[in-house]
Amino acid sequence: MASVCFYFQVHQPYRLRRYSIFDADHNYFDDYKNSEICRKVATKCYLPANQCILDMIRVHEGRFRCSYALTGVVLDQFESYCPEVLDSFRRLNETGCVEFLAETYYHSLAFLYSRREFEEQVALQQKKIHDLFGQKSTVFRNTELIYNNEVAAAAAHMGYRAIIAEGADHILGYRSPNYVYRPPTADIRVLLKNYRLSDDIAFRFGNRSWSEWPLTAEKFAQWVNHVNGNGYTVNLFMDYETFGEHQWTETGIFEFLYHMPGAVMGINHDNNFKKPSEVAAAYDPVGEFDCPHLISWADTERDLSAWLGNAMQSNALQEAYALEAAVKEKKDPELLHDWRRLLTSDHYYYMCTKYFADGDVHKYFNPYESPYDSYINFMNVLDNIASRAK
Amino acid sequence: MNIFMLGWEFPPFISGGLGTACYGLTKAMSELGHHVIFVLPQPIAGTVSTHVTLKTPTAQQALAAYRSYTLREFQNVEFRAIPSTLQPYVSPDPRTEAVITGGSEIMVQPHGGGGGAGEAASVNVPMSILSGPRGGFSPGQYGGDMFGEAQRYAEIAVILARGESFDVVHAHDWMTYPAGIAVARALGKPLVVHIHSTEFDRSGEHVNQRIYDVEREGMHAADRVIAVSTLTKNIVTSRYGVPEHKVEVVYNAIDNNGNGYEALPPIGKEEKIVLFLGRITMQKGPEYFLAAAKKVLEFNKNVRFVMAGTGDMTKRMIELAAELGIGQKVVFTGFLRGNDVARIYKMADLYVMPSVSEPFGIAPLEALSHDVPVLISKQSGVSEVLTHVLKVDFWDINEMANKIVAVLRHPPLQATLREHGNFEIQKLTWKDSAQHCVDVYNQAIAARKGAA
Repeated sequence: MASVCFYFQVHQPYRLRRYSIFDADHNYFDDYKNSEICRKVATKCYLPANQCILDMIRVHEGRFRCSYALTGVVLDQFESYCPEVLDSFRRLNETGCVEFLAETYYHSLAFLYSRREFEEQVALQQKKIHDLFGQKSTVFRNTELIYNNEVAAAAAHMGYRAIIAEGADHILGYRSPNYVYRPPTADIRVLLKNYRLSDDIAFRFGNRSWSEWPLTAEKFAQWVNHVNGNGYTVNLFMDYETFGEHQWTETGIFEFLYHMPGAVMGINHDNNFKKPSEVAAAYDPVGEFDCPHLISWADTERDLSAWLGNAMQSNALQEAYALEAAVKEKKDPELLHDWRRLLTSDHYYYMCTKYFADGDVHKYFNPYESPYDSYINFMNVLDNIASRAK
Repeated sequence: MNIFMLGWEFPPFISGGLGTACYGLTKAMSELGHHVIFVLPQPIAGTVSTHVTLKTPTAQQALAAYRSYTLREFQNVEFRAIPSTLQPYVSPDPRTEAVITGGSEIMVQPHGGGGGAGEAASVNVPMSILSGPRGGFSPGQYGGDMFGEAQRYAEIAVILARGESFDVVHAHDWMTYPAGIAVARALGKPLVVHIHSTEFDRSGEHVNQRIYDVEREGMHAADRVIAVSTLTKNIVTSRYGVPEHKVEVVYNAIDNNGNGYEALPPIGKEEKIVLFLGRITMQKGPEYFLAAAKKVLEFNKNVRFVMAGTGDMTKRMIELAAELGIGQKVVFTGFLRGNDVARIYKMADLYVMPSVSEPFGIAPLEALSHDVPVLISKQSGVSEVLTHVLKVDFWDINEMANKIVAVLRHPPLQATLREHGNFEIQKLTWKDSAQHCVDVYNQAIAARKGAA
């Protein structure tokens, strides 16, 4: 028997407007662009994908299940810019087949800089999820799957039963990501992303020069079925925007998604789909996943260099978190919310110089012409926030 | 490959970015094993300062006087200097125009030709590198003589070329086009013209029709056209009507190992320094630099703006700085030479090139090679090859000030720009540019064969 466990990351940052040294107001965010992007992605991805998942749940009579990590800031933007997306998530929630994971409200790197801020943001996101869907999460995932033994211990401390991490080769070695593991010192289960099969969908699906193109539901079901005898669960973790946004509708990604559960369960009637909490409950850990150093799911390096790879990024992060005490001292909810929206990891990702010259995926997601422009803009905003916190 | 190359200037007879490019290109071609005959006008003593009444030698006189020589670093290059009044850029005093960097010297050895009478057997001259292509040719100063001289020069070049063996003619910028066309026609060789700048870059919309005509004729007569950037290629196709497929972009480069900059001790300074280094002419946008400086000083008083170089707008800029009330914060150094250039780079926190129209712009590469972060206008060819620099529209003074303030305020920004920028320019080598030119020669030769 093989289980498939889906988890989709749903997130949109509050992008900053162009803010120069000549600006002094408190309107830092590009409302027009944020609403435009939110609605565009809703039309291309969130709405059709949610409909597709709902249809799958109905047609398989509850045997198809999946999970989502919804950041607080994307939920806020759905409320402001396209409430119909929230409605469609509510309909999914009503089926009982969908689970929402816990994470930081602002999709931040707070764990690295302030444990207090980290726990506050997780609590905020959990309150939001509870208010909207009445769920209390039992599985935690940190921003961009940033993980080490300490993150696992913190999640265990906060009462979570499982945590999600990248199935990084350099940690796993010869071992398979298709089992449940435990960290060395905390009582929590670790579910690891099967990055090969996840990336076959998320990155390679529409690539015509890929030797496996075109990827059909039947072919993928065979790969999943091969896990039988060497693992319990295939964890397919990816950006939800894979469907319709990164892989366009024309690639057939929605048809693939729709037919995949039938193919997986058809090839072997024991195969099934599980929510992360169900995986954690169903299987005992087979071994230890000892990860003293920080890993993530980003780039080929699977490290933090996308957010902390150069002097600008580390400076911006340090300066931002240095304001925590002063901002909180002010007890001004708007100031606090503004400051926290600057903690969203995307702002630091835009400052990444790693592949800048090659014009790759980093550039695609980057609203700035260059990482330098993004740093300059960010620091101007931060400077204004600092003046309000004085 | 044997190349008959027509330039205007070459170290040590250098005054513009064109000379820097010719130096880099021919040196690399020599290293690649190609043979170059480099023909250039040799200034006639006395003509530069008395250009109103030019004495034009006859063809016979010129031929009798031409100098042939080789340079130590250029194994496969033979130089032919034809006495001529052709001067690429005009200025009242050439010494105030030239910006000399570096400490390396090259040896000029008179060799054959019998000319150059009265010159020492060997002279050490500093290698001169200019901050960028300079325009500023004012036809008013020359009247019609310049065009007549270009024609006369062409005749001499043909006579000279008959005694040489080569595969292709390569002509740099408009003054050599008549000679290039004449040599190519007379000897039935393919012609490649190289556009380092156009009349539109130098003069905006106030183009000199006669120069434009010479440029246009050269581009149309050529088998292939080399442009120093896509920006320039677009001008060549849209303003001169050259078919797009005939134009190839070959970027300039920088010789990272050959500069031999002297290691200088760190300079202790209280103030931040923002540097403008280049000709102070309309093309270079000096007034935008000063307007941005005024805005920067509203946020940060502890900055000095240094304008190094001269040009026909120098006086106007000194006045403008005073009008803006920032006179005491702006330093006009005049022309800098030798180690002064290395020293000013060492002191600078940021180099700004606010050019209004810059076909390429080698100067930012030099700044980066001196570890100085760079802010360039988007209206420059060099912005097509540099990513780890700051870019603004030349007219966007607020954004220019915004970025200057950021660099001065945030050391990590400066550090990241410096580190990545210095690394990035190592990919821009003259060897690649030279090889690219050779590819274009082969295209031109093949096109000839195909047509025949």
